[in-house]
Amino acid sequence: MTSRLGWAPYALLIPSLAFLAVFFATPMVQAFALAFEGPDGGFSLANIQRMLGDTSFRSALLTTLALVVLVIPIQFALAMSMALVVNARLKGQGLWLYIYALPLGISELAAGIVWVSIFTQSGWLNSILIGLGITDRQITWQSAETPWLLIACVVIAEAWRATSIIMIILVAGLQSIPREFLEAADVYGATTWQKIRRVVLPMLRPSLQVALILRTILAFQVFATVIALAGTGLDVLASEAQRWATDIDNDNVAAAYAGLILLLSLVSTILFLVLLPTREEHQA
Amino acid sequence: MSARTATVPMARRRSGRGRLLERGLIYLGATLLALFILVPIYLIAVSALTPRENAFDFPHSVVPAELSFDTILFFINASGVIDSFWRSVWVALITLALSLLIGAPAGYALARYAFRGRSGYRLLVLSTRAFPIVILAIPLAVTYRVWGINDTVIGVALMHTALALPFTVLITSSVFVSVPRELEEAAQTLGCNPLQAFLRVSLPLALPGLAAAAIFTWVLSWNDVFAAVILTLRNPTLPAHILSALTQSPIYFQFAAGFVMLVPSLVVIFFIRRYLLGLWGRVVK
Repeated sequence: MTSRLGWAPYALLIPSLAFLAVFFATPMVQAFALAFEGPDGGFSLANIQRMLGDTSFRSALLTTLALVVLVIPIQFALAMSMALVVNARLKGQGLWLYIYALPLGISELAAGIVWVSIFTQSGWLNSILIGLGITDRQITWQSAETPWLLIACVVIAEAWRATSIIMIILVAGLQSIPREFLEAADVYGATTWQKIRRVVLPMLRPSLQVALILRTILAFQVFATVIALAGTGLDVLASEAQRWATDIDNDNVAAAYAGLILLLSLVSTILFLVLLPTREEHQA
Repeated sequence: MSARTATVPMARRRSGRGRLLERGLIYLGATLLALFILVPIYLIAVSALTPRENAFDFPHSVVPAELSFDTILFFINASGVIDSFWRSVWVALITLALSLLIGAPAGYALARYAFRGRSGYRLLVLSTRAFPIVILAIPLAVTYRVWGINDTVIGVALMHTALALPFTVLITSSVFVSVPRELEEAAQTLGCNPLQAFLRVSLPLALPGLAAAAIFTWVLSWNDVFAAVILTLRNPTLPAHILSALTQSPIYFQFAAGFVMLVPSLVVIFFIRRYLLGLWGRVVK
């Protein structure tokens, strides 16, 4: 069969290219046009200044950064443990993977509400603490007065919800490590910990890099979990973007917030590419 | 590294007891991690199945005394819930259809043809993931007002398709790679034209993988809150409706809402459990 249709692949690609041009590339450019658009339609920094001068800007930026810095290491520690369990050939291997993957399909909002049922004043955590005799009064976990506790609630909920995606990427990476490497380490009497440090982690580097980049970009957009657990008690960048877009009806400042999220994502992506160079960069 | 390990003397085999202990510790860790995932799901289920009048009983008992659908029925009958539920279903269905219609041909092209610009296109699709989704919704809302599709099911579905499309292209491409092209070529030698060969041979074989890709798209659309909140006002999807109702609704409404949103996700993950690694794991490469 040599009757190759030279134009066929291009014809098959065109619809997706056209769609992405209209609904992906154009809005990206428009976002910056909106952010730098003055009242007269010309270039202006007024929206940026308005965002920077907004009373909740500082707290939104700091809370978002704090969440990213706290959540990512916890998620990676959990995901790594889960991935190693899945790869350890325990009984019911598929079942472990399935359980750890369950949160993949759970939305930010649903996950937030799940943890509301635990952290709320008359919720499960206080019930269990009182039942165990650890405390005799209901502790208030979710209060705007104690933002650090609120942040801790969000961190736990996010660790519960969004660890699975990292776990899956790491499991896929682990499965591409040849068994012989680990068996060789066994022959030399390496302990489990040595095997992880010397064989698994170095070979897992490309997967770790991809997972870090992906997860960090998503973490900068944290939104519904925060609203469910903290209401207006915590500001984050995405909730500020939403507030300016829908409540205040100012798309320009909202776009400035969105642009800031994009900027942070790009900076973190570049950072991970530089800090965690992989020799297999070209394999993409 | 290999040079270094080679100098390590052959170590003694570790004792059977040490191995057993290590194995035990792994099982313990595995169980604790599983409980961390499962216990919250159990607790929200109990919360949602507790009758409304018992919602504020304290302390709760981990083994519920009485289960009923009272709270869930209350949620379903609350104003706006059914309407927004159907809107969410429609948005997800349109997203699914559009992204497969537009994305699967591209995936097929990537899998079957060697052509100039193939790796460039792949890179382009992959790079969409470096852009946060949040940034799309706000300018699209402005555009939609001009087009007159603001606050509509189709508007939200178009945005969700933009999110899902890169994934659909990559997933369907790996699905078609796994269908041997020789079969298609054999069909062509037997007199099928390329389209017939695709429809009669490749498509049926690719169907389970395509179904998994479709479910992945469904999850993506079903779970989106941010875009839906920005793009809708009077006609929200279910998550957008629940989000805006959170502050003025009783806590048992929230529990039922959380549970109702959660159940479909658990069912979906069950059905595509075999494809989990292929869908979420490999597409990032």
